[in-house]
Amino acid sequence: METKLHAWHVANGARMVDFGGWDMPVQYTVGPREEHLRVRQAAGLFDIDHMGRLELTGPQAVEFLQRVQTWDVSRIAPGRAHYGMLLNESGGIIDDIFVYHRPDSWLIVVNAANTPKDTAWLESHARGFDVALRGANADACMIALQGPAARGILQRLCPETDLASVGFHHVRDCFVAGAPCILCTSGYTGEPGYEIFVAAGEHLRIWEALLGAGAESRLLPCGLAARDSLRAEACLPLYGHELDETTDPLSAGLARAAVSLTGHDFIGRKALAALALERPARILAGFEMVDPGVPRPGYQITNGGRQVGRVTTGLFSPSTGKYLGMGYVEAGIAEPGSGITIMIRDTGKAARIVQRPFYTSSHWR
Amino acid sequence: MEYRIDAGVRYAKTHEWVKVQDGGAVIGISDYAQNKLSDVVYVELPAVGKQLVAGTACMVIESVKAAEEVFAPVSGAVTERNALLEKSPERVNTDPFGEGWLVKVKLSSRAELDALMDADAYRAYLGTL
Repeated sequence: METKLHAWHVANGARMVDFGGWDMPVQYTVGPREEHLRVRQAAGLFDIDHMGRLELTGPQAVEFLQRVQTWDVSRIAPGRAHYGMLLNESGGIIDDIFVYHRPDSWLIVVNAANTPKDTAWLESHARGFDVALRGANADACMIALQGPAARGILQRLCPETDLASVGFHHVRDCFVAGAPCILCTSGYTGEPGYEIFVAAGEHLRIWEALLGAGAESRLLPCGLAARDSLRAEACLPLYGHELDETTDPLSAGLARAAVSLTGHDFIGRKALAALALERPARILAGFEMVDPGVPRPGYQITNGGRQVGRVTTGLFSPSTGKYLGMGYVEAGIAEPGSGITIMIRDTGKAARIVQRPFYTSSHWR
Repeated sequence: MEYRIDAGVRYAKTHEWVKVQDGGAVIGISDYAQNKLSDVVYVELPAVGKQLVAGTACMVIESVKAAEEVFAPVSGAVTERNALLEKSPERVNTDPFGEGWLVKVKLSSRAELDALMDADAYRAYLGTL
């Protein structure tokens, strides 16, 4: 599948790769490291139109959301968005999602590769609720503008909206260079920024208008490689790596971010409540390499010659200059300071558990 | 895409290069290879003294994408490793024919060099890929 901006990427030197069935730019000509650093220092523009979008309407939309996902939506005021999860009955993560409270509807953003699975699952649970669920990818093109310069760049194109007044995880209708857009102060890089739903048909003009408005600020288009290293430094989970149906929000350390355990009765709540009483057997931890080397997903984590976990994400971190990774390890050694060994091509390389996230932006205000 | 092709070295089909120098040989990867790898973040060089065998995997270059094996373009014992790459693996990207060299070896057989491509042959070969 191709995003609405596919032709632009190909014409502008992007290297394209398959990502969950989508032909996506993994990098442009300057390369992932430079794109990554530019987002930390200035700003980057990302095509995230592959993300799945579902529009939910109907008199029982709230009741339905309370049943199928983990965040108590009675706490999401109109014009706000929140992170949440779809869980199975045993508390396993079907997907991690974002829920947007729109004036007359709810918008659910899901992982690209999980869109068919999530849609089928949500539809199967919609029976008995007076709701309508509709695939909304065709309505708009989803673009992310991320980095400390993002607000200044976007402000030039939306003179009617005071962006400084739009708080974190707020959702706002606005015009960007005259095109109707839904703006959300959110992202997946650890920097302040925006995720923008641009009315379909205006997307190419707005993509180029953003690049033009950002030229002085050294805005760069960025590919999936930079998106991945940015989210990894910020320890934001990626479905298929940190999250899957064998993991749960407690073990992933995401209970506070994604789950309201008191209140609504969502699918998987009983299992989570039981799990919360015990300590999870394994916990998602961050580590840094003491011996240089790149930890890769699936590599064994050992301690005293015994396997204690597996790597889920690893990278050379452009912002810190360190080789870093995340992985599920036995709870007993998940504390910062614990020494572990990462098995890289049959050789044990020393590493130690460190605090997450690896990187915190100084640009949040 | 135009790739740099150093005229003074010989090339393997797997995109490594060899330069005869001071009786030994220097080994690296081509500009084409570094470009395909994307940003190099770690180079796992073989130990000094290790015997490389032409056509077999002899070290690993890790890029942001993946760990990729490098094949020895010639046989020989490793005499020196490029220590600069420990702190600056990105030199493989920025200067693949210069500061981004990988190892020096004592050639086992000069005849193996004849089986490699010169710059013109390598340019023609890239044109077929």
